[in-house]
Amino acid sequence: MTLQSLLIVSAALFCIGLLAALSRRHAIFILIGIEMMLAAAGLNFIAFWRFGSQPAPPTGVMITIFAIAIAAAEAAVGLALVIAVYRHYRTTNVDQMNQLKG
Amino acid sequence: MNSAAFIVIAILTLAAALAAATLRKLVHAALCFAAAFVGVAAFYFLLGAEFVGLIQVFVYVGAVAVLIVFTILLTRREVEEDRAFHWSGALVALAVFAGLAWAIFKSAGLSVTATAIPGLTVKQIGEMLMTDYIWPLQCIGLLLTAALVGALVLVMEEKR
Amino acid sequence: MRAFLDQIFVLGKERVLALFNGAPGWLLEIISSLLNIVGLLIVFLSLFALVSVLERKILARIQNRLGPNRVGPFGLLQPAADGIKMLIKEDIVPLRADRVVHFLAPILIAATAILALGIIPYGRNMTPFAIDGGILFFFAIGSTTELSVFMAGWGSNNKFSILGAMRAIAQMVSYELPLILTVLPVVMVVGSLRPDAIVAAQAGYSLGVIPHWFVLTPWGAAAFLLFFVSGLVESNRTPFDVPEGESEIVAGHMTEYSGFKYAIFFLGEYLGMFAIGGLAVTLFLGGWHAPFSFFEFVPSWLWFFAKLGALIFVFIWVRGTLPRTRVDQVMNFAWKFMLPMAFACILAAAVWHYAGRGWAAWAWSLLVVALIYFALARLLDTGQKFAPRTYRFAE
Repeated sequence: MTLQSLLIVSAALFCIGLLAALSRRHAIFILIGIEMMLAAAGLNFIAFWRFGSQPAPPTGVMITIFAIAIAAAEAAVGLALVIAVYRHYRTTNVDQMNQLKG
Repeated sequence: MNSAAFIVIAILTLAAALAAATLRKLVHAALCFAAAFVGVAAFYFLLGAEFVGLIQVFVYVGAVAVLIVFTILLTRREVEEDRAFHWSGALVALAVFAGLAWAIFKSAGLSVTATAIPGLTVKQIGEMLMTDYIWPLQCIGLLLTAALVGALVLVMEEKR
Repeated sequence: MRAFLDQIFVLGKERVLALFNGAPGWLLEIISSLLNIVGLLIVFLSLFALVSVLERKILARIQNRLGPNRVGPFGLLQPAADGIKMLIKEDIVPLRADRVVHFLAPILIAATAILALGIIPYGRNMTPFAIDGGILFFFAIGSTTELSVFMAGWGSNNKFSILGAMRAIAQMVSYELPLILTVLPVVMVVGSLRPDAIVAAQAGYSLGVIPHWFVLTPWGAAAFLLFFVSGLVESNRTPFDVPEGESEIVAGHMTEYSGFKYAIFFLGEYLGMFAIGGLAVTLFLGGWHAPFSFFEFVPSWLWFFAKLGALIFVFIWVRGTLPRTRVDQVMNFAWKFMLPMAFACILAAAVWHYAGRGWAAWAWSLLVVALIYFALARLLDTGQKFAPRTYRFAE
């Protein structure tokens, strides 16, 4: 287990998230993709903290904790948006949400 | 043993993440999403950041996945399958991955192996949060409250 | 002799580990974990069998019946008969069900319950999985139950199942808040998330007879009651078994399960109950400490299981006495009463800590809890709703 292998894993996770966010048309999939990208970033932070010079202040850990909290808030608001938009347009396909007029 | 655990967790996490990104049925994707995040939490455990791994499971599996599942149920249509798939997105993702991998392999000094496990206790994290990181913590509290109120306002029935 | 009896399981494990002397470190680690897991499984599966028959006996006693008494002495072999029956029953999976999800749900429920049992200190030096954030681990694992309940409900492709699962998730999410908030005062006062440290903080006796358990402080008593009620909800026990109310929605998320899968659900529910009870014992009832200083000669693990048994008896007693609540009552109770009271407990614990943890502190924190309780009762105006009912009969 080297830093390199961990970074490759987190890069793969990031790109899978990117794939979900770019390829799928369902709003919930896009949210899932964004969450995955955030998790990949968190994994990077923890990996650099772990393989950095010791003893180091746990800045990476702190940033990951805050990132998780922000991701939770983002998911709550995002999913509420999905529900609100669904009520209005009766669809969750982001390609069909193309009107500014309510 | 660490390397073996690393390989197993990496394969499981990436497989679950890929399934979450490509499965047709929304609910299956949401469950795979939860599995992928358990895998990420396992990485955190492996790297000695137990506390972060625990809150990862707590927040993602306990809260976000349940929220996603609820949203799927509340927005259900006759077909709960999402067939549209843009292959251009896959191309972009592959290109980004190739770029990232190239950068990671090219940079020197990344192939370091782990030093001794930095014993980070929950108590230390708590003390850091209450001293050095007190303002970010307050901001997060404010943000979460705002998100809570905002989400409630968004999903409340519109008055006609 | 006393020390030997107290540590008999620890010594036994060391003896077994000594057999593998010379094996590499990682192998020893795996064997040690496996021994812990096997011990946990043996103890709790037999406790499950025992409690399942005792519950029927006690319920029968409450309802003036005899209960199971045909199989074995006093009907004690009933669980074996039930197990065989469950095993040879046909395992039905509905045609339109989502097979994989339907299959995985009961496994996940039982597995997470067993994982949660791992962090509880069962006796002196007897924590199977001693981790720094043990309490957090318990709740992180416990929060995955919601997802597995949803999997059961959705995988069965049945209206009753999905309705039951939605009810279960809604009430679990609502009661998870008071459940965790009532743990906070204990964590604050002890200053650690480690179950061992929490048990160690409750050691010692005042005047030689009064133990330093948190349940004997005003904030601890209030938090314990709230925790117990939330635990009843989390383990879907009567009077909060709305998700599986037989008379309303057949069996909730378990409607489409039969045979051994149903038995696994049953097992998961009981293990969840043991886990909540064990955590309540650890947090509020002094863990494995003896209630009086002159009882300390009894092995510590015996005390733990005695307290757990007493709590399980109360679980069963409550089931035998109280009627089922309505869905809206359950939710209102959670948000309007449990949540503010949980915050009151945190406040009272802070008052207790800063007033010096003595007798005066005891009185001050009692004042805080009582004040908030009465203010809340006044605010919610429960008096009118629970006025004595007048019955009218046809004449």
